[in-house]
Amino acid sequence: MGTETCWQTDAQYPDSALISARNLCRVYRMGDQTVQALAGVNLDIASGEHVAIVGPSGSGKSTLMNLIGGLDRPSAGELTIAGQALSRLPDAAMAQFRNRTIGFVFQSFNLLSRLNAQENVELPMVYAGVDTKARKTRAKDLLNRVGLGQRLDHRPSQLSGGQQQRVAIARALAAEPRLLLADEPTGALDTRTGQEILALFADLNAQGMTVIVVTHDLEVAQATRRIIEMRDGLVQSERRTRIAEGAEAGL
Amino acid sequence: MIRLSDLMGTALKSLTLNPLRSALTALGVIIGVASVIAMVTIGRGAQASIERSISSLGSNLLIVVPGAQRGAGGVFNFNNITLLTLGDADAIVSEVGGVQAVAPTQRASAQIIGEGVNWNTRIEGVTPSYLDVREWEVASGRMFETREVNQARRLLVIGQTVATNLFPNVDPIGQRVRINKGTYEVIGVLASKGQSGLGQDQDDIALAPLTTVKRRIAGRFGRPNTISQISIKAESAEILPQVESDVKDLLRTRQRSADGTDQFTVQNLASISEAAGDATRTFTVLLAAISAVSLLVGGIGIMNIMLVSVTERTREIGLRKALGARRSDILSQFALEATVLSLIGGAIGLLLGLFGAFALTQQLKLPFVFAADTAVVALVFSALVGVIFGAYPAWRAARLDPIEALRRE
Repeated sequence: MGTETCWQTDAQYPDSALISARNLCRVYRMGDQTVQALAGVNLDIASGEHVAIVGPSGSGKSTLMNLIGGLDRPSAGELTIAGQALSRLPDAAMAQFRNRTIGFVFQSFNLLSRLNAQENVELPMVYAGVDTKARKTRAKDLLNRVGLGQRLDHRPSQLSGGQQQRVAIARALAAEPRLLLADEPTGALDTRTGQEILALFADLNAQGMTVIVVTHDLEVAQATRRIIEMRDGLVQSERRTRIAEGAEAGL
Repeated sequence: MIRLSDLMGTALKSLTLNPLRSALTALGVIIGVASVIAMVTIGRGAQASIERSISSLGSNLLIVVPGAQRGAGGVFNFNNITLLTLGDADAIVSEVGGVQAVAPTQRASAQIIGEGVNWNTRIEGVTPSYLDVREWEVASGRMFETREVNQARRLLVIGQTVATNLFPNVDPIGQRVRINKGTYEVIGVLASKGQSGLGQDQDDIALAPLTTVKRRIAGRFGRPNTISQISIKAESAEILPQVESDVKDLLRTRQRSADGTDQFTVQNLASISEAAGDATRTFTVLLAAISAVSLLVGGIGIMNIMLVSVTERTREIGLRKALGARRSDILSQFALEATVLSLIGGAIGLLLGLFGAFALTQQLKLPFVFAADTAVVALVFSALVGVIFGAYPAWRAARLDPIEALRRE
C-alpha cells in the first residue's frame, strides 16, 4: 500500500474477521413471486486472505458480492465488514463504506471514457475529498505500481484490455480500501492477459491486501488460496487451493 | 466528502464533453433571457422618451383646447363648437389665482419664402409669455414684446431647424422673408429642443405675434378673437389641480353652453405623463411576460436534455456510486450541470439582449436605458430555471440503483 495516511483505516479491528456473515439472507420480490438469492450464508474472511467465490449463475455469488460491496442490503441476517454492521448503515455512510473499505474491480473495467488513466484513478479520491495535489501524486504512484507509469494521460480507448484492467485495479486501490472485490476480472481478457492480472492480484495479496475474486472460472479460482463454492444461495463447500497447500508445505 | 471545486469541475467537464448539445440546450435560455432583456430595455427607453418629451413641453402646465373630450378622446364635433377666445385667456389671467403665465396660441401652417429657399413649417401666433410657459429660451436675437404684439408687427422668431434650412450660411437675425405675400423680419432664433419622443421635430417652428398670425396668416380660419389653445403655467405642482378646477369653473361660466356640457378640454400634462408612463410600463411588463414564456421553453429544453443525459450516463452514475459517491453528490453534480448551463445561457442572453436593445433603440431613436436590476433579475432567474428544471433529472440520477446502473449497457 501507499505511504500516505490521508484517511483512517480501522487498524484496531481484529484481523481474524474482516468479513463476517451470519445467517445472511437476501430475498427479491418479482411481482408476486419471491426469489431467495441468499438463504442463510455463514462466512468468515480474515484480513489478508485471497479468496475466490465460485458457483454457477443463480448460485447467489453475485448477490453475495453486492452485499459485501455495500451496493445492496441484506433482507435478514448479519453482515459485518471491518467492524461495520452493513444492514444498519444509513445511505451516506454506505457510500463512505464503499469509498473507504471496498475497492471494486469489474469484468468490463468501467473506466470513464472521457477521463484519462490518471483521472480515472483519482475518482475514488475525489469522493474521499483528497486534495488535488495529493490525488495526482498517489494516482501516478499507483499507475507506476501496475506498470502503466508511461500511460498516465492515455484515454481508456487508447489502452488494451489488460491495460484498462490495470488502470481499474489502480483505481480500486486509490482510496486505500481494506479489501479488493473483483467481479470476473479476467472475463473480458484473453488467457495470457488474464493470468497477468491474476498475478497482479497475487502480488497485491502478498503485500497484505485482502483480495476477493468472484468468478465462475475454476482456473481463476485456482489462482487464489481459498475457494468458497456457492450453490442455491448457500455456501456448499470451502477448500484450500494447491497454492495454499504448497505454501504450507514449503514452510 | 467531495470538495466543491471537484463538483464544479465534474459538471463543467460533462458540459464540454458534448459542446454542440450544450450550446443548443443553452440556446433556449439564451433566447429567453435575450428577449426579456431586450423588451424591458426598449420599454424603459420608450418610457424615458415619453416622460422626456412631455416634460419638454414645460412643467406645471395645463393646456386648454376647444371642444369636449368624448369617449376615447380627440373626436370633435365641428358643427356647433364653441371656440376659445382671447377674452378667455385674459379672464384666466385676471381671475384665477396661482397662475404664473398664460399663453394664448393660434396655430397655422405656412410656407416661408427666403432667399431662393422655401420652407414649410408650423407657425404659432403667440404672446411673449409663451416662452415662459414652454420654458424655452431665445438662443440669439430677441423675442418680440407685448407692444409689438399689440401693433401686429411682422416679426418672426424661428426654431433651429427653420434657421438652418432657410439660412444655411448667414446669420438669420435681421433677414427678411415672405409669408403669404407679406414681408417679415427674423428677430430671434430659439434654442434647440430636439425631437419629441414621438419623432416630431420641435425645432421646426416659427413664432410670430398672435395678432399678426390672426390677421395675415390664419385669418381665414375662425373669428377674429378666437385662438386655438391656451397654455397655462401654474406656480407650483401642488396647486396645479386647484388651478385646473378654477380654470374649468371660469370657462363654464363664460361659455354657458346650450346643453350644459363643457365645450373645452383641460389637459393636465402631469396626469398625461403619468398615464403614458403607466401605459408603457404595462406594455413592457406584457412584452417581458411573453418573452418569459420562451425562457420557460428553454427550461424545458434543459430538463429534456438532462433526462437524456442521465439515461446515457446511467453506467457512469452507477460506477460513481460504487466508488463512493453519495446520493447528494450525484444530485449536486447533475443539478449543478443544469444550473451552470442555464446560467451561462443567461449571461450570453443578457449580452445579446443588451446588444439587440442597443441596436433597436438607436434605430428607433429612443434613449438606451441600461437596467442593472433587470440584468441581475435575468441572471438569477436563469439560474433558477436551471435549478428547477435540473432538479427532476438530478433526482432521477441520484435515485438510480448502482447494481442496476452498472449492469446497463
